[in-house]
Amino acid sequence: MKLHEYQSKAVLAQAGVPVPKGSVADNAEDARRIAEQLGGRVVVKAQVLMGGRGKAGGVKLFDDAESAGNFTRELIGKRLVSVQNPQGMVVERVLVAEQVDIAEEYYLSVLLDRDVQKLVVMISAKGGMDIEEVAATDPEAIARLHVDPAWGLCDYQIREALRQASIPPHARSQMVTMIKRLVRAYVDADADLVEVNPCAWTTDGRLVAADAKVSIDDNALFRHPDLAGTAEDSADDPIEAEAAKRGIAYVRLKGDIGIIGNGAGLVMCSIDEVAAAGGRPANFLDVGGGAKADRVKACVELVMMDPGIKGLLINIFGGITRCDEVARGILEALQQLDLKVPVVARIEGTAADEGRKLLEGSPLVSATTMREAAQKIVALAYG
Amino acid sequence: MSILVDRNSKVVVCGMTGREGSFHTSQMIAYGTKVVAGVTPGKGGTEHLGVPVFDTVQDAVERTGANVGLIFVPPPFAADSILECEDAGLPFVVAITEGIPVLDMVRAVNRLKANGKTRLLGGNCAGIITPGEAKLGIMPGHIFTPGPVGLVSRSGTLTYEIVWELTNAGLGQTTAVGIGGDPLPGTRFLDILQMFEADEATKAVVLVGEIGGSDEEIAAEYIRKEMTKPVVAFISGRTAPPGKRMGHAGAIISGGKGTPQSKVEALEAAGVPVPTDTSSIPELVREALAKAC
Repeated sequence: MKLHEYQSKAVLAQAGVPVPKGSVADNAEDARRIAEQLGGRVVVKAQVLMGGRGKAGGVKLFDDAESAGNFTRELIGKRLVSVQNPQGMVVERVLVAEQVDIAEEYYLSVLLDRDVQKLVVMISAKGGMDIEEVAATDPEAIARLHVDPAWGLCDYQIREALRQASIPPHARSQMVTMIKRLVRAYVDADADLVEVNPCAWTTDGRLVAADAKVSIDDNALFRHPDLAGTAEDSADDPIEAEAAKRGIAYVRLKGDIGIIGNGAGLVMCSIDEVAAAGGRPANFLDVGGGAKADRVKACVELVMMDPGIKGLLINIFGGITRCDEVARGILEALQQLDLKVPVVARIEGTAADEGRKLLEGSPLVSATTMREAAQKIVALAYG
Repeated sequence: MSILVDRNSKVVVCGMTGREGSFHTSQMIAYGTKVVAGVTPGKGGTEHLGVPVFDTVQDAVERTGANVGLIFVPPPFAADSILECEDAGLPFVVAITEGIPVLDMVRAVNRLKANGKTRLLGGNCAGIITPGEAKLGIMPGHIFTPGPVGLVSRSGTLTYEIVWELTNAGLGQTTAVGIGGDPLPGTRFLDILQMFEADEATKAVVLVGEIGGSDEEIAAEYIRKEMTKPVVAFISGRTAPPGKRMGHAGAIISGGKGTPQSKVEALEAAGVPVPTDTSSIPELVREALAKAC
């Protein structure tokens, strides 16, 4: 679960990482008051989880509190649109923070290295840039430091990594401390990403997390009830937000053929088949085990929230659950919902023949293989 | 022959008295698996599904001689249960539990690796089955049949799909292993391929991978350099958008690896056919077996 910048900075501050002073506001008056307390020279940043918010006009510098308040009035309720997010997102909150006078910019992050099966700290002197681009064009500019889960990091290891990353000597001592605190923040918050970009060296010689991105491991949210409540407003898509609320594994893909299946691998496979047949998959949806009628119904409703859907593919492998039970679940769910688009159901596995027989005579089109199902739904949807 | 589990496996099920644990334990017993003990703290001394229940794994192992642990414990307590099985001296533990916090797994996986006494399979996996001998997990037992094909997969239902097609085509399995879909699996493709390579009864292997991480690429390297048995692979997620959950920093850790293109290319370079649909797998396996014999 991605956290907003103000939440991310709170997580870092709790672990002792220096962040610019500031506070979150959802109205002009609060924003003005915060700016006044900070001496008037502030930056106002829209709290939306999308890339390119600066270019979209969501970040501005001010010299007085009054203008910061006025800008907040304009911003709250406005939809920001960027190249990365053409649909845009509505601003509900802004972060009002002191301006940081940046002399140099570095990059720091903590994440899981799946190959090594340990946490890794990534360090680069090339801050403020897209780190993926740095990795692609100048991989030597990034130093990697693995964290022993039993021992943690020793100072000397960090010092060596900073040397390898060509971090200027004047910033190293503060950065050793910051890196240890970032790792502590990661562990304390059960994060799956802590990224500070830029990590700023100020004109008065302080190292500050000028921007921060923290994402929390969804599996560990039960240990962080204070953050768990903010899950729905952090999804960057309204249907994904609704899915999170209903506990359904859903990813929006922006096509027009809805896809429902059981098991992540099988759903991914269905998406591949629809694409191979010339279709544009609208989503990933894993219905989970069992495929009971009420569950299928909730899933179909969710997929159909996407306004452009032209057809629906349901692909279920019945294992311990018998296919005839699955077929009854699908029929029941679709009877309760008045669907205007063609539906292809492909059920295979235990008692598949009985299941397919049940679907005969219903408006559902049935199919035997995944490939056949994909070709049928593409033909029906675009025909 | 088979790998990791067989008719001599004596299973202790952690979390056996829970809803999932009860249902799947009864299915496993019906399949013929020797379930010798259950563990649920506070329920020691009782009996459930005709199996004695103990408070701790240590107690269960001492009194029943269990030699495999199987974990259905809820996510917040699952890693603790894995470590308990290791401490009780079990050489093999299978974690079915889905949703174990990643940091819990970082600690558990690294402790198991450092101590080198216990192999972990999972978490978030379908389990392992040696058809006709033992089933440890949640897969539908009746779709499997004994035969010469070893199968290893990151996905549950996709495994069932492919096994169903293999079985219907008359191609049975030595052992089918679900390594699970978590970012930090206790056992990886490479480990299982090495075991299949050493297993006399296994004549061909089916590897079912998906996007993310680079375990498929590591497996491909091993296949290219050292494996003598034929492998057929399948990769799902060929058209999925990159980096949906991982964010920017996550996408960079494996460089160009983790994409479906990278996996398919690595496998094909190792001489492994990677069909785009599951229905082609049985025929490719049959061809591979014919060539191998």
